[in-house]
Amino acid sequence: MISFSQVYKRYPNGYEALKNISFSLEAGEMALITGHSGAGKTTLLRLIAAIERPTSGSIIVNGQNVSTLKGGAIPFLRRNLGLVFQDQKILFDRNVFQNVLLPLQISGFGSTAATRRVRAALDKVGLLNREKAWPITLSGGEQQRLCIARAIVNRPSILIADEPTSNLDADYARDIMDMFVSFNQVGVAILIATHDVELLGSMQQRILTLNHGELAA
Amino acid sequence: MNVWLSHHLHALALAFKRLGRAPLGSLLSIAVIGIAFSLPAGIYVLLENLQALSGQVSGAPQLSLFLRLDVDKDDVAKIESYLEQHPPVASFKFVSKDSALDQLKQESGLADVMNGLERNPLPDAFVVSTRALTPEGLEALRMELGQLPQVEYAQVDSAWAKRLDALLKLGHLAVLLLGALLSFSLIAVAFNTIRLQILTMQDEIEVAKLIGATTGFVRRPFLYFGALQGMVGGAAAWLIISAGIYLTDDQLKDLLQLYEVNFRLYHLSLEDSLSLLLFSAGLGWAGAWLSVANHLSQVEPR
Repeated sequence: MISFSQVYKRYPNGYEALKNISFSLEAGEMALITGHSGAGKTTLLRLIAAIERPTSGSIIVNGQNVSTLKGGAIPFLRRNLGLVFQDQKILFDRNVFQNVLLPLQISGFGSTAATRRVRAALDKVGLLNREKAWPITLSGGEQQRLCIARAIVNRPSILIADEPTSNLDADYARDIMDMFVSFNQVGVAILIATHDVELLGSMQQRILTLNHGELAA
Repeated sequence: MNVWLSHHLHALALAFKRLGRAPLGSLLSIAVIGIAFSLPAGIYVLLENLQALSGQVSGAPQLSLFLRLDVDKDDVAKIESYLEQHPPVASFKFVSKDSALDQLKQESGLADVMNGLERNPLPDAFVVSTRALTPEGLEALRMELGQLPQVEYAQVDSAWAKRLDALLKLGHLAVLLLGALLSFSLIAVAFNTIRLQILTMQDEIEVAKLIGATTGFVRRPFLYFGALQGMVGGAAAWLIISAGIYLTDDQLKDLLQLYEVNFRLYHLSLEDSLSLLLFSAGLGWAGAWLSVANHLSQVEPR
């Protein structure tokens, strides 16, 4: 599903964010990426969605070589990925429903089918009764769930989340993680970056540890 | 097809929404476009009206035949029969020296002066409408009729119409130049409006790109917006011209009746009106396209 092979990412100022990364994530598999802050977790996730390009090496996502993908093909790659961003990127000038609707408008869904899907996604994250609410009135945990609903509304085969539990207290964080586990149980491949070591203690998942841009064995 | 349609409907709805979201700003932009366009379009309307007026005043080319002062009724009858049998002559009207004098007295207000004259100084005359449409044909007819023994002088009356036509042609050129120059202002207005929109919508654009929006998806509402704003601006220009015509028509009618011309101002024809709307919409679209091409690439996900 996702496969990295000898991937390097070097920034123009000479900083090496990722060094010789090779791993693969199978369909329906769930993995956590952990590491200290600045270890390269976010960069790795951004490479998968082609928000950044690797300096060398190859990245295969859904059978497409992302490192050589043309600009015009990138939107279609991203539609098959569910992305939860570290800084959330909620649009505060529209309500919960419209935020979740956006990916479907982009894919060109008709309004009735889209409405059904938005409600289903909101139901899965427990926000169905808040669909008319404005994002600013949501709690931190609810905002995070809104982001997850937006990521899954397109029914992607891969879900990628960057620090989905940061700024949440332990109970909320547990809820969010349980939610990801339940998505994984219905066959979605999941890759989560987190530095929340406490949380990791109770998880049974595969863990990839990054250390100064390198994968620890 | 369905996806394509839903994308375009979505973009159009967004464009309307954005136009309504900043009513004052939209109104001002539309007013600027309308005023800029009403100038060349208004002058165009004026020229069209002048052309119609000149056509009404001298539709067919006319000749005036002034007869010798010493002709009698027989001579007049001879010329009448000559004109009747002459193919290039469409119609003619005899103006006797007495009726010409009466008319002059009535119209000039110089009745007292005229009454003081010992005899009528005016000649009998024919006003001849011809079928000859080329200036050469008209000139040949003038020469021919001028050589009749009873005719003192033959005069072509349409010379001033020709001068007016030449002036109108010049006017049309001026309208084109003015239109071309002011078109730039419309492009500039659309360019700047869209630039501001892109700046204020950076978050939205960035998120849309991150979750799989193509450049076309992001660009489309802006293009629709530019075209819509341009079209409404064109409609504003049309309304400004209408108001101008409404305000001047009555006064112009009174003025022209002093010259015995019955004339009402024409508005832009349906075709010209549609062209105006389409043209302004196209320019708005072009300005939006330029702006999007320049500014959208600056909003890349970071």
